[in-house]
Amino acid sequence: MNKELLKNISKPAIILALFGFVGVLLLSIVNQQTLARIADNERAAMMKLLMEVVDEGSHDNDLLNDKITLPANDFNSSEAVTVYRARKQGQPSAAIFVTNTLKGYNGSIQIVVGVRIDNTLSGVRVVKHKETPGLGDRMETRKSSWILGFNNTSLHQPELSQWAVKKDNGYFDQFTGATITPRAIVGAVRDVLIWTNDKDNLASVFTQKPSLEADQGTSHD
Amino acid sequence: MTDNTATEAEMEGTPATTSKADYKKITVDGLWNNNPGLVQLLGLCPLMAVTTNFINGLGLGLATILTLIVSSTVISAVRNYISAEIRLPVFVLIIASVVTAIELLMHAFFFQLYHILGIFIPLIVTNCIIIGRAEAFAAKNTPSKAFWDALMMGIGFSLVLLTLGGIREILANGTLFDQANLMFGESAKGLTIHLVNDYKGFLLAALPPGAFIGLGFLLAIKNWIDAKQAQKNKMRVVQAASQETTAKA
Repeated sequence: MNKELLKNISKPAIILALFGFVGVLLLSIVNQQTLARIADNERAAMMKLLMEVVDEGSHDNDLLNDKITLPANDFNSSEAVTVYRARKQGQPSAAIFVTNTLKGYNGSIQIVVGVRIDNTLSGVRVVKHKETPGLGDRMETRKSSWILGFNNTSLHQPELSQWAVKKDNGYFDQFTGATITPRAIVGAVRDVLIWTNDKDNLASVFTQKPSLEADQGTSHD
Repeated sequence: MTDNTATEAEMEGTPATTSKADYKKITVDGLWNNNPGLVQLLGLCPLMAVTTNFINGLGLGLATILTLIVSSTVISAVRNYISAEIRLPVFVLIIASVVTAIELLMHAFFFQLYHILGIFIPLIVTNCIIIGRAEAFAAKNTPSKAFWDALMMGIGFSLVLLTLGGIREILANGTLFDQANLMFGESAKGLTIHLVNDYKGFLLAALPPGAFIGLGFLLAIKNWIDAKQAQKNKMRVVQAASQETTAKA
């Protein structure tokens, strides 16, 4: 009787384990096969994004692997700020800051800010956001050219006091029906510029040792 | 388990002529009479969240069809080796493995679409349609029938995704097939149709309420068509009956 019971329990258990094993086997094969391609995709997507905010031909180094991480507090960011460093023939040319703001309408907005070595902006892009479609998403380049308005601005052009949306008596447009999103982005970009203009912060970015952890994706290779 | 084997024997014992009728019934059930989106009302979370445009609907639809087909066929093929006690964990294991494999493949080959569909790809695991078909159909039928059922249920679900996605995209943006390049490569950019020039947009359609309202209308239309059909059939029966009585008289 006991033997019978044991058999009744162990048989399904073995079958279940077998299915688990086959599932794991299948997934590890698929994972092996797609790993490199996914890593390539991630790198290519990141690279494409970075290239949008630096001037063409302004760097010849491996951007994705030349990066450091700075504390979030310096930028009023909600997460640690990653900085990619563009150099041409060893000379610093621009720094790209990946920062997050929680001041948007819905959750965190991640933006990349390209700052040339002379403290002017080479470009700003929104990476991730959950703003209202149709209202707050006009910071996407495919919806409107609003975000291109940051190109070539700096803390002197316009003046620091003008670094706000028009509704707050500043220099930058808001979108009709959405003030909170542009206000959050202008604020986040301003915070980056305030930090880079402070003392010789921008120059110091280029002298720090690169962070050991390689870029997302490369760690898999 | 005993019940299962009984129905199984019945099903497999049926002659070839009814088999054809079986397939026809499966087709009609999946596409219309028992449509997962409009009748069973399963998988509504991804259905409403993803259908902000046509291409998103197509992406999720294809992923769901693929998951359904593979999981249903596999489950049906191994149904005789699984005892009733471990049935559900085995189903979940199979479905989860299939979905994860599809997720990895999409991440590798449809990178941008993967990022747009985001969390809804892994969430296919929890889509009740899939475990529902596994339990209600695949576990009791032959692999070829399970395959057909999965395909039809998947297409039925996708048709709802596409209709809702298309309607919401037209209302919200005035376009159709926008972002087709995410799925078919850069050359598909020209597929986008701008139905109205300089369309200001009807925001509500793109927001979650638009999904509820849109689905509500689809349900109403389906029920209206069904009601109309039923009425017609009834008329025909009554007519036939009255003709019969007159003939007898």
